[in-house]
Amino acid sequence: MMRGFRFRSLVLPLAALAVLAGCERPPIESVQTGYRGTGMQQLYNQRLLVTQASLNTAPEPAAAASADGPKAKDIYQNVKVLGELSVGEFARNMVSITQWVAPKEGCTYCHNAANFADDSKYTKVVARRMLQMTQHVNADWKSHVGATGVTCYTCHRGNPVPNQVWFAPADKRSTGALLGDLEGQNQPSPTVAYSSLPYDPLSQYLQDAKPIRVNGNEALAMTGSAANRNSTKQAEFTYGLMMHMSQSLGVNCTYCHNTQSFQSWDVSPPTRATAWYGIRMARDLNNDYLTPLTGTFPANRLGPKGDVAKVGCGTCHQGAFKPLYGAEMAKHHRELQGPLPVTVAAAGTAGGASTASATSASDASAVGAAGAASATGAASTDAAPAAAAPAAPAAGATDGNKVVGATN
Amino acid sequence: MAEYQNLFTTVQPTGPTQAGVALPREDWQREGTPFFVHLLGRLGNAQIGPVYLGGLGVASLLFGTLAFNIMGFNMLASVDWNPIQLVRQLFWLALEPPPPSYGLSIPPLAHGGWWLIAGFMLTTSILLWWTRTYRRARQLGLGTHVAWAYAAAIWLYLVCGFFRPVMMGSWSEAVPFGIFPHLDWVSALSLRHGNLFYNPFHALSIVFLYGSVLLFAMHGATILAVSRFGGEREIEQIVDRGTASERAGLFWRWTMGFNATMESIHRWAWWFAVLCPLVGGIGILLTGPVVDNWYLWSAKHGVVPSYPTSYKVVVDPALQRPVAPVAKVAAAVAPAAPVAKALDGTAARTTTGAVVYFPVASPAIVDAQTAVIKELAAELAAKPDLKVSISGYHSATGDKAMNEELSKKRAFAVRDALVGAGIAEDRLVLEKPIQTEANISGEDASARRVEINTMGAK
Repeated sequence: MMRGFRFRSLVLPLAALAVLAGCERPPIESVQTGYRGTGMQQLYNQRLLVTQASLNTAPEPAAAASADGPKAKDIYQNVKVLGELSVGEFARNMVSITQWVAPKEGCTYCHNAANFADDSKYTKVVARRMLQMTQHVNADWKSHVGATGVTCYTCHRGNPVPNQVWFAPADKRSTGALLGDLEGQNQPSPTVAYSSLPYDPLSQYLQDAKPIRVNGNEALAMTGSAANRNSTKQAEFTYGLMMHMSQSLGVNCTYCHNTQSFQSWDVSPPTRATAWYGIRMARDLNNDYLTPLTGTFPANRLGPKGDVAKVGCGTCHQGAFKPLYGAEMAKHHRELQGPLPVTVAAAGTAGGASTASATSASDASAVGAAGAASATGAASTDAAPAAAAPAAPAAGATDGNKVVGATN
Repeated sequence: MAEYQNLFTTVQPTGPTQAGVALPREDWQREGTPFFVHLLGRLGNAQIGPVYLGGLGVASLLFGTLAFNIMGFNMLASVDWNPIQLVRQLFWLALEPPPPSYGLSIPPLAHGGWWLIAGFMLTTSILLWWTRTYRRARQLGLGTHVAWAYAAAIWLYLVCGFFRPVMMGSWSEAVPFGIFPHLDWVSALSLRHGNLFYNPFHALSIVFLYGSVLLFAMHGATILAVSRFGGEREIEQIVDRGTASERAGLFWRWTMGFNATMESIHRWAWWFAVLCPLVGGIGILLTGPVVDNWYLWSAKHGVVPSYPTSYKVVVDPALQRPVAPVAKVAAAVAPAAPVAKALDGTAARTTTGAVVYFPVASPAIVDAQTAVIKELAAELAAKPDLKVSISGYHSATGDKAMNEELSKKRAFAVRDALVGAGIAEDRLVLEKPIQTEANISGEDASARRVEINTMGAK
């Protein structure tokens, strides 16, 4: 009898351990972010945060270079984006990029050692376009990146290909077969945080502009054109995208939503607006910058369906609610703030700012309309405030949310 | 007398096995020779068998096995017929209903056809089993309570998998056969319909679910506690109340003032258990066919509590119109002045009206905020049926009485401005909020505000 009891007293905890083996080891810290009792809280695991924080540390900026002196375009050949920089600034930028993107491979990852001006390596062509993309993000997507901005390092972190890019997934063998078609879901996929939700929401929302919202604005079911015909399956796709965002930012739903009503903006934290612009930004970059480079990349850099590597939320965020926990790297690089004005260097800053706001208008509206065609004058006035307004509350909110700093 | 207060049954019957009462000639015979299993006897009755299978039981098992195999082989095919992967991924795999494009038509086998067949087989199996439960109870001369309790569960199953999809006109609305996938379906259904927790039938269902658990615990505990007086012999106690029954009743009368009887406690439990899927099924059936969004439905009926927010509320970026008032206000305010911070007009328009911000200790509407009022006035002029409520708020700093007065004056100022813009005064309802102090996180510029909310048609 006694032995039986001892046996049982061992079996129970062991069984419990086996069941919990897939769970995260405590302690988990809960930080309240809203009114008590509403479930507005973020969960952090101190132990995992330490690892996470060390992976998201920004490198020191390179020593500043003088803006005086001859311009790069006058000294070097085939300088198409950074020609307005001084030779010193240009060299600093090239050294920084090497550090950020190809520290092991060095200059020759992009350049032909015999002739640096040569465009024969595809990496150089891609790098040039990526510089323009960085300028575009910093100038025109302030609604998402705020004043912090991005640099090459935000995504690359010392890797020629950023760690968290995505491709359209390969079809399963059972896709379209008589038996076992999973309808694009029900597979443990990292894209959707190992849930069984549709595993490719990114093609739909970060490339195509399929509607993300499934909720209606009427309490009762309507008929005819007023009916909300979004299906439960569509809700699963949206859910999949949200899991991608949650996973990418290392946050739970309540970082951007109030679970009282996921749809209502009246109860949502301002971070939701920042995320809204983020979705549009990723879509813009994928369609205007990355997809057009498909032919430039060699086949081994393309996905199983021949598509180019694309950006998702995790490409920059890499598990942090702000990439690199908000480290302001871009401010040390005026060449990344936006397209360089073709003027003398002294007027550079002011000119840069005005170009930025002007371009922001047309570009943001083009994205909103999900096609570049509608960037007309009228539409651009629409988007100008859109880009400007929510940047402020977003920055405020994330300041208030420096929980990570606190737990460190 | 034996005691039943341990984790395990301490008394086990031994001796000849019980074959059960004789069955009518037209019935099948019971299968198997009965035997005793000591370990099972520790939990329940030690005698295993004989089993009555019958025609209904055989048919039910046949259909059930077919359904199980259709699901299983589809799952196996989806992992390239790899049995190890079947085990590893079992919780994720599923047999999905047809995509929405097929509506209620018969889809190809690969796209939901198997789901339809498996669903038909499973439903047939369940209904046959129900009939068997009913028939066996009748044959033993019992009431049919078990069958009807089971029917309550079948009701919920049919609502989720058949009635609601048919009413929605699409098989795709039905539940997939899979472990995680059916849970995802539940979450997605709730998200799609604006939070199922605002569905009153869902709430009732939870009441009965937790109520059943509570009753179960109370009843189980009571009977175990009086088992030393023979309390587990409930039938005897109903007919002839012994000391166990008396003590159990007395205990609850002492502690709660009211007690069940040996008979009524089972009626309570039965109804609580049966009502759980019954009302739950009603709730699901309404979700979609009748109510599209439970959050909005509850808001409409005034049962959505409003909580103070510690963050600034933002406007839906998708709704920003060509001349966005929000941005105008933000742009009009000089960035450095202290007033500017207080009037950062990001929340100028909300989906139910507008918010007007005020400088510290002032009931005066500053120029930067007038654009919002003008726009609102134009909207009210266009919709002559609309009435709005106006509520003033203040921040946490300063004297309480003065602040309350200030919030009132702010509301008056907005009302006067709207009247000045030509809106009839009887359409503007001043509403004193329960709590006029609007911020909960100390000094907050957004607390100094007036909220204007539409109240629907006059």
